Amino acid sequence: MADSQGVLVFAEVNNGKLTAAAKESLGVGTRLGGGVSAVVIGKGTEAVAKELVAFGADKVYTYEDGEMAGYQPDAYLQLLQHAIEADTPQVVLMGHTDATKDLAPKLAFRLKAGVVMDCVELEQDPSKGLIATKPVYGGNALAVSETNTDVRVATVRAKAFEPLERDDSRAGSVTPLDVTIDPGSLKVKVLEVRKEESTGMRLEDAPVVVSGGRGLGGPEPFEQLEDLAKILGGAVGASRAVCDAGWLPHSFQVGLTGKTVTPNLYISVAISGASQHMAGCSGSKTIVAINKDKDCTMFKEARYGVEGDWQEVLPAFIEMCRELRGA
Amino acid sequence: MPRTPVAGYVCQTILASGKDLGELMRIIVFVKQVMDPETPQASFKIDEAAIKVVPVPGIPPVVNGFDEQATEAALQLKEQHDATVTVISMGKGLVMDVIKKPLSMGADELILLQDDAFEDGDAYSTAYALAMAVKKVGDFDLIICGRQASDTDRSLVGPGVADMLGVPCITIGKSVAIKDGKVLVERVRTDGTELVEAPLPALVTVSNELGEPRYPTLRGIMQASRKQPTVWGPADIGADPAMLGAAGRRIHMTRLFIPTTEKECEFIEGDNGADAGRKLALKLREDKLI
Ligand SMILES: Cc1cc2nc3c(=O)[nH]c(=O)nc-3n(C[C@H](O)[C@H](O)[C@H](O)COP(=O)(O)OP(=O)(O)OC[C@H]3O[C@@H](n4cnc5c(N)ncnc54)[C@H](O)[C@@H]3O)c2cc1C
Ligand SMILES: Nc1ncnc2c1ncn2[C@@H]1O[C@H](COP(=O)(O)O)[C@@H](O)[C@H]1O
Repeated sequence: MADSQGVLVFAEVNNGKLTAAAKESLGVGTRLGGGVSAVVIGKGTEAVAKELVAFGADKVYTYEDGEMAGYQPDAYLQLLQHAIEADTPQVVLMGHTDATKDLAPKLAFRLKAGVVMDCVELEQDPSKGLIATKPVYGGNALAVSETNTDVRVATVRAKAFEPLERDDSRAGSVTPLDVTIDPGSLKVKVLEVRKEESTGMRLEDAPVVVSGGRGLGGPEPFEQLEDLAKILGGAVGASRAVCDAGWLPHSFQVGLTGKTVTPNLYISVAISGASQHMAGCSGSKTIVAINKDKDCTMFKEARYGVEGDWQEVLPAFIEMCRELRGA
Repeated sequence: MPRTPVAGYVCQTILASGKDLGELMRIIVFVKQVMDPETPQASFKIDEAAIKVVPVPGIPPVVNGFDEQATEAALQLKEQHDATVTVISMGKGLVMDVIKKPLSMGADELILLQDDAFEDGDAYSTAYALAMAVKKVGDFDLIICGRQASDTDRSLVGPGVADMLGVPCITIGKSVAIKDGKVLVERVRTDGTELVEAPLPALVTVSNELGEPRYPTLRGIMQASRKQPTVWGPADIGADPAMLGAAGRRIHMTRLFIPTTEKECEFIEGDNGADAGRKLALKLREDKLI
């Protein structure tokens, strides 16, 4: 593929809506140069294709099939391979999501492509190839790597890159992918998706996140955190220790292997601030910490801190917030 | 690069197992020794010239957490079916007490890939070496490995090995069951789970949601101390030196550094905890944050 150039973005759709991950990937894709194409799979792809163009795609490949609206590992892998054959990109980009954590490595090895997961910075260099920066050692360090294979694959961390401004006057072409998938070739099958019921706001979208850690001692105190989240118009999060202990389902987990949140305000209560936790919240505008250990790392990333026992600090904090918010 | 790449370029000879219940299964687990991820941030140092993390004196390495869960998943399957559990680990400077932990948990054998030629690789050369070792081990039903190593955080090696061996791969499992020649995995999503199946032989990567791995028993530790690991070099597994270690890389690290944060925490003081809590709320109001 000596003639390969440009960027192909795998644009994920959720409930018929273009995801933030797709928009952010397009945003960084346009910066890498050589033109940006996108591929979208599922239902209502034509409408999504228009949106993709508005967010920076010059060319969109669509695969319309209601059965494929959710991630199907082997089918998506084949479809991506077809899109890559048609588009001959030099870089394949996607968000770092439930689907792509599975898809990107498989695609990369199939193509024998250099691949870097969960990137926070990307650059293309004519001689060095793709230069990718990603957190390693749980976020304690950043690693810069180069890969010069014909095709290169990268996933990008949520909210690490800015999408372009939507511009509906932008022009781009839409090409349906002309592929038939042989059902016999599908070995890995997703039989059932079990989404956890979430009441209230999505953690990833909440402007305020109130997170609790192991220091809360059990599931009950999370009712107070929920109260606080309601008062502030936010959502509740947790550390892995909390989810591992079964106090909350893992869908509440913030961090490297949980959700990435970037709220205006992140209030952490009795969380030590391990790098793997910070990986999911350090992009928050303001971090506030309540912890009884003055030396805990959470305070090192916090704007405001209260050193103290949450049992004393939290109820009064919540009451004052309630008063101030008139809630 | 071939126009239409196919899986299985390392080994296409593994047959679909199709074993009946009751027949001996072989489960292979990949285990990596890593720096303790709980190493205090203040002790975490990098030698930027060598592009390596400096080992911290007094803090021994550990088995990668997710690989302990991989071992646990394998041992649970061994309890339900008739199976042997083979552990493969690649690396230099392996500490015997550490890397033998899967044996003391109950695994049957340990194979170590140790040679300078394996060093300084990327996900490709690591996956290649492990795939060749699997091929040398012979027929298998299931490979289980961690979702990611806590040093590289890359989550590539599992899917890489699967592709090289041409077997299906399911990632980020919280439970692994075998039934009728298939592996059934509850896959962790950030918003719940999904149930995924694939025919055996297959590779599965597992996550911490699988649960606490068992502690080695005293008996297990004694049995493990008597077991000698098998050590293989490149020639033993028939590996092409050009595809190993630094020579086989497709990605290479050029810089490793500790990110700096310049945040300054303002501690809110009060007459007591409750007072500080109220003052914190007022401060956040002042800053228009609430
Ligand atoms: C590969 C890998 C991935 C990981 N991914 C994640 C991830 O995605 N998300 C995540 O969160 N973690 C993750 N972890 C785990 C992480 O390393 C930490 O172990 C975890 O975040 C600790 O949770 P914690 O802060 O709640 O518990 P602890 O570290 O036990 O901290 C409890 C805190 O509570 C404080 N405290 C106790 N009592 C009180 C009190 N009465 N009042 C006030 N403060 C009190 C203590 O001072 C302490 O700071 C990962 C680890 C690895 C190895
Ligand atoms: N050197 C190694 N030896 C044995 N297993 C490994 C090695 N490197 C990676 N693995 C396995 O592959 C998984 C993912 O590693 P990585 O792709 O580096 O994040 C780990 O959890 C291990 O199970």
